[in-house]
Amino acid sequence: MRGFSGFLAYRLFRTLVALWLVSTVVFVVMRLSGDPVPLLLPPDAPISEMERVRHDLGLDRSLAVQYGVFLGNVIHGDFGRSIHFRQPAMAVARSYLEATFELGLVAFTIALVVAFPLGVISAVKRNSFLDHAAMGLALVGQSAPTFFIGILLILTLSLRLDLFPTSGRGDWRNLVLPALTLGAFTMASIARITRSAVLEVLRADFVRTARAKGVTELWVVAKHTLRNAALPILTITGLQFGTLLGGAVVTETVFAWPGIGRLAIQSIYNRDYPVVQSTVFIAAVLFIAINLVLDVLYGILDPRARA
Amino acid sequence: MSDAGAPPSGAVALALPAPQAGRRVRVPRPLVLSALFIGLLALVAVAAPILAPHNPERGSLRARLKPPTREAPDGKTYLLGTDQLGRDVLSRMVFGTRVSLTIGFAAVAVGGLVGGLLGLVAGFQGGWVDEVVMTVADAQLAFPFILLAIGIIAVLGPSFPNLIIVVGLSGWVTYARVLRSQVLSLRQRDFVSAILGLGGSVPRVLVRHILPNVASTFMVIATLELARAIVLEATLSFLGLGIQPPTPSWGGMIQEGREYLDSAWWISVFPGVLLMLTSFMVSRTGDWLRDVLDPTLRGES
Repeated sequence: MRGFSGFLAYRLFRTLVALWLVSTVVFVVMRLSGDPVPLLLPPDAPISEMERVRHDLGLDRSLAVQYGVFLGNVIHGDFGRSIHFRQPAMAVARSYLEATFELGLVAFTIALVVAFPLGVISAVKRNSFLDHAAMGLALVGQSAPTFFIGILLILTLSLRLDLFPTSGRGDWRNLVLPALTLGAFTMASIARITRSAVLEVLRADFVRTARAKGVTELWVVAKHTLRNAALPILTITGLQFGTLLGGAVVTETVFAWPGIGRLAIQSIYNRDYPVVQSTVFIAAVLFIAINLVLDVLYGILDPRARA
Repeated sequence: MSDAGAPPSGAVALALPAPQAGRRVRVPRPLVLSALFIGLLALVAVAAPILAPHNPERGSLRARLKPPTREAPDGKTYLLGTDQLGRDVLSRMVFGTRVSLTIGFAAVAVGGLVGGLLGLVAGFQGGWVDEVVMTVADAQLAFPFILLAIGIIAVLGPSFPNLIIVVGLSGWVTYARVLRSQVLSLRQRDFVSAILGLGGSVPRVLVRHILPNVASTFMVIATLELARAIVLEATLSFLGLGIQPPTPSWGGMIQEGREYLDSAWWISVFPGVLLMLTSFMVSRTGDWLRDVLDPTLRGES
């Protein structure tokens, strides 16, 4: 019989295994993608110079040794020096994190604040005009590709109406278009899952019982329904956070937003392994931490999930 | 599709009073519309060489960046305009349909097979199998797949088969997670223990009793995954890692038109709208499939 702390310890263990898997995959993929040394030096650099750089970066050792060194460094949060920036890679990645946090947080907040009430109302007033309008819009938002939403926003609000800048980071006006772009999918998903989760619970026997007892409709929704609908909503919201991180890669690229997603893409093109590893590692830690929190919430909300 | 939808609709319409009967009959209409759209798109993909008015890869220098027009200076018709190399946008969209649909359907097959199998087994067996599958799933979900996709394609090169594998494997987790949780609760139900108790073998229970119960969920996920796969391929092509120029793909066209957004919006906007419409129609089909296939929703008033 495991208690709640046992459940947590077990989740933590799974988390560490997931992190190890992520680091290993990143290591393998990046080492397979080619030699970065020719990118660092002028084309006419002598072989000896290339060998020296290769040695400095530890690339002349066997893959097994490189992997061992890599894992040891990962534990210390050290991914070596950036090949492109010539600074510690983790510090480079961390310096880009703030911009991504700013964008992600604004996007997620907008999405949640709009989507959750909309989903609940759509479920309660099922088949009303509001339900159809909200869900129709949610569907468009969910099926539209992030990068094209960005392109359309740039074309209409930026190039035609000249309301917001097309790219870069600065005051709040720079934030509007990327946040809308990044939040669109999340908003749509949360609205739809909230609606269907609430609908599902509204059909349950205990809701009928509550209604039969004469409980007011507002109380039925607020007390009996939302608590029980919270589990699927929570799960999807957590998954949305991962989608949001992925969406940040595309959104930041479209809007030239100086965040960690754009850094990751550029570093892949530059074959700057240490930075790529740092960015992916940060993204993974963030996502796993969020899911761990969600698991704990899940365990609190539903004792059956602690098994 | 109509075979699956029609009999229950008819049955419900007979059993329920008139207002519900009317509502039930109306349900399949949008589904028919979406299915028609997808069918039409498939037809366009197959008949692309016949339907495209121009060569999608050869441009006319005298007709560069022409807006949608019935007659350009070179005397030809470009209904949706031309791009920066004087290539016909409509023809490129028509040929781009091939890329989107081929990769989309193939990716769904790859992801559905891998994810469906792993989800079934993980949910039913539990134990270490479940642990391993779900840990790998967690690990994959733990970082933006687009980064992994970019990394893999940077290594393997952006070819058709590589794109199918990468886009396909991006989706297996969804099938595995959802099917696992369904199977997990199904196997605790009395009918499963009853059959196992009566001597029914595990494969028999899985195939005869669990599978029919999760089939509708699987169909719904597969349809929604098709939309996602098409969008992911377009995204990769947009980032320059998908289908390589000069082969036309919707994502690649949107990328090429980005620089000309201010002066020649049609290069990006037309393929983008088609991409959006396709994604919308396919996910809509998934939704209606769920409404029709999910027995707990059927006949709900």
